[in-house]
Amino acid sequence: MENRCAIEMKGITKCFGQVVANDSIDLSINRGEILALLGENGSGKTTLMNMLSGIYQPDDGRILKDGEEIYIHSPREAYGFGIGMIHQHYKLIEVFTAAQNVILGLNDGRMDLKAANEKVRSICQRYGFEINPEEKVYDMSVSQKQTVEIVKVLYRGAEILILDEPTAVLTPQETKKLFAVLENMKKDGKAIVIITHKLNEVMEVSDKVAVLRKGKYIGTVNTAETSPQALTDMMVGRAVTLNIDRPKYDNPKKKLVIENLTCLDEEGVKKLDSVSFTAYTGEILGVAGISGSGQKELLEAIAGLYPIKEGSIRLVGNDGSEKEIVGLTPKKIRQTGIGMAFVPEDRLGMGLVGSMGMTGNMLLRSWKKGKGILVRKKEPSELAEKVLEELEVVTPDINFPVRRLSGGNVQKVLVGREIASEPEVLMTAYAVRGLDINTSYTIYNLLTEEKMRGAAVLYVGEDLDVLLELADRIVVLCGGQVAGTVDARTATKEEIGLMMTQFNTKEGE
Amino acid sequence: MMSTIIALIVAAVTFGTVLMYGTLGEILTEKSGNLNLGVEGIMYMGGAFGLAGAFYYEKAAGAAASGPAAIIIAILAAFAAGMAASAIYSFLTITLRANQNVTGLALSIFGTGIGQFVGEFMRVSEGGYVALSNNLKEAFSATIFPKVFVNIPVIGNILFSHTVFFYLAIVVAVLMYLFLKKTKWGMYLTAVGESPSTSDAAGINIVKYKYLATIIGGGISAIGGMVYIMTTAGCVWNHEGLSGVGWLAVALVIFCMWRPLNAIWGSVLFGAMMIMYLRVAIPFIPTELYKILPYIVTVIVLVLTSMKNSRDKQPPASLGNNYFREER
Ligand SMILES: Nc1ncnc2c1ncn2[C@@H]1O[C@H](COP(=O)(O)OP(=O)(O)OP(=O)(O)O)[C@@H](O)[C@H]1O
Ligand SMILES: [Mg+2]
Repeated sequence: MENRCAIEMKGITKCFGQVVANDSIDLSINRGEILALLGENGSGKTTLMNMLSGIYQPDDGRILKDGEEIYIHSPREAYGFGIGMIHQHYKLIEVFTAAQNVILGLNDGRMDLKAANEKVRSICQRYGFEINPEEKVYDMSVSQKQTVEIVKVLYRGAEILILDEPTAVLTPQETKKLFAVLENMKKDGKAIVIITHKLNEVMEVSDKVAVLRKGKYIGTVNTAETSPQALTDMMVGRAVTLNIDRPKYDNPKKKLVIENLTCLDEEGVKKLDSVSFTAYTGEILGVAGISGSGQKELLEAIAGLYPIKEGSIRLVGNDGSEKEIVGLTPKKIRQTGIGMAFVPEDRLGMGLVGSMGMTGNMLLRSWKKGKGILVRKKEPSELAEKVLEELEVVTPDINFPVRRLSGGNVQKVLVGREIASEPEVLMTAYAVRGLDINTSYTIYNLLTEEKMRGAAVLYVGEDLDVLLELADRIVVLCGGQVAGTVDARTATKEEIGLMMTQFNTKEGE
Repeated sequence: MMSTIIALIVAAVTFGTVLMYGTLGEILTEKSGNLNLGVEGIMYMGGAFGLAGAFYYEKAAGAAASGPAAIIIAILAAFAAGMAASAIYSFLTITLRANQNVTGLALSIFGTGIGQFVGEFMRVSEGGYVALSNNLKEAFSATIFPKVFVNIPVIGNILFSHTVFFYLAIVVAVLMYLFLKKTKWGMYLTAVGESPSTSDAAGINIVKYKYLATIIGGGISAIGGMVYIMTTAGCVWNHEGLSGVGWLAVALVIFCMWRPLNAIWGSVLFGAMMIMYLRVAIPFIPTELYKILPYIVTVIVLVLTSMKNSRDKQPPASLGNNYFREER
């Protein structure tokens, strides 16, 4: 066998203060192969890869490239070794054009934007990307931004590509395209590492799977010889069951009535167009749709965070009385006495304060209840402990700044806090985005528990399989309109997929 | 009437020149993501050291002292003082990652103190009065254009009667514009100010860019202080007139939306607003009201630009934040 091994990591250890993020990890990455890196949230995947891309320095261990030991001190040196990484949070300059971003930091003589534009175009052609090199990044969609990242790495001649959760924010169609590109690159002889929590993607695209657990290397298996169940067991370290049960709630009552809700954005474009539906207690109402079809605006409008042009949103009390909440601020809505909780899409922006610990973030939600002027820390810290335990948050202690937690653990803190307030209406946007499979199921079960407690749960999701398993009914949005409401027990994926796109085609003609 | 307006414009340009240096320097600094609130102190130091440079030069050279040499020495002395002050700031914020606001405010206090000290020290040690000879004073406030140009009616005074510092400031503004827009290094500097982590991942030496931009920016700002002392204040130490100028320059950076070319007309406009109370005094309106005009205008600009929400008119995205590679 010829030497296909591009990178070998031997005994890599990395600590952050008292946190051991990587504990003596061995990993080899081969050319012409796609390696999936799998592990629970906080198991150290991003950290491990950041050591290849020069962001972090290992505390201990060796990195070999083509059998020779190398030291990577900075991202620049990583490029020198042909290693390029596409980060979980994109690293792009928003006010620059795509081409400017691509040539950023390259020291090849004069700045020649024209030549760069041309070269970007030729890379796009070779791998089948669709981006305009002269477009500013802030005008781009997420998937276009990601494409820019990939082009950037290819432009620098990387032969070893690392993608950290590239599909987390992509639609299924975009994911398909990305995978086609990865296949192309693999044929080109590049070595590819992809981190993802979606096991179906692992099975679809990878050749081998390496598994990490709590900072330790568990092993590498051939994708063809394994199954999602086996991988999950490896990841978690014990046998876990992957199914969602969907109990029926006995006595559903109206909880949230929405009628003809219309919202415009700043430019006056309709984001929601006479949306009407009703959510019941003891029900998980799924909201499906291509991303950007108005899901975000819908939830924010209900929470009192998005201006409403027309329509009515009514909360129904336990005695059957209806309260109009259009035009009320979130504080006023809270004063209606009907508890509402919202897990937003933008976790660190809208949901949590990054520099505070879990306790501080729990406090944010409950401080209004406290009497007197002194902050009471006891209750929130008890709550933090509870969330930590129930959701198995990986953190050195409850006062550790949440920004430093791994992506998935940040989400757990937010969901845990929102559920703890025992809301009557619980809204979640992409609640499991970036969460590992085990935690995702924990969240599904928690939502189901909430439902059985009698809450009306609004679940905006992107994975249709999960929506069909978890929800009771599904509202399908398309271009800001309700394309229809289906019973999740009988509907099929194809049916919903069709509804998600149907309105667009009608308008396009 | 006409002559009043011309006089107003000329005076606005004179004061505006001071602001222009302060602002241009701060624009360069802020482009790297460093919010240096020490401009006030830096300009004080520039004023004191600029004066000292010219004064001791004349003392040493005696009758042989030449105007151009004095000007160059004053510029260099002020520039060096500004660089030293912002080098301290850079070390504290970039290397030691101290809070930028706190460091900037401290530098403001420190710089005004040092400026005062040097100014007073010179005065006392030289027996109560520090001033250049009339010859050299003349050189600092003379225009570089021949009389024929200045004598052209109306535009002669408006365009050609200013000091060398005004024209130099315009050259600096244009060069800075070309640097930021047309060169690779300018693009990298912008990138550093927008997102250091991105620039770092792209292989740019963040620390180098931040240090250079902040230190050179500080030097440019300091020249403004010198220009004030050597022109408006008539080559004597005058701390009162200089007070608040640095803060005005910081506001002007916002007004200019971080674009050097805007600083040219922006500083003349601010200059006009600041001297209006001397020229067009309306009875019963206290002069302080005039003096807050520039700040009010800045607030209005801020409100307008954030309402428009145009991405190209926003401050550098990482302005005020320190960068540490392993922090997330
Ligand atoms: N810069 C940092 N400072 C402190 N702790 C850190 C830092 N980066 C990571 N950690 C810790 O190291 C551990 C591993 O984090 P890492 O981001 O590598 O996990 P991950 O496997 O990528 O998880 P996820 O799937 O949630 O993204 C976590 O416990 C995290 O809190
Ligand atoms: Mg990660």
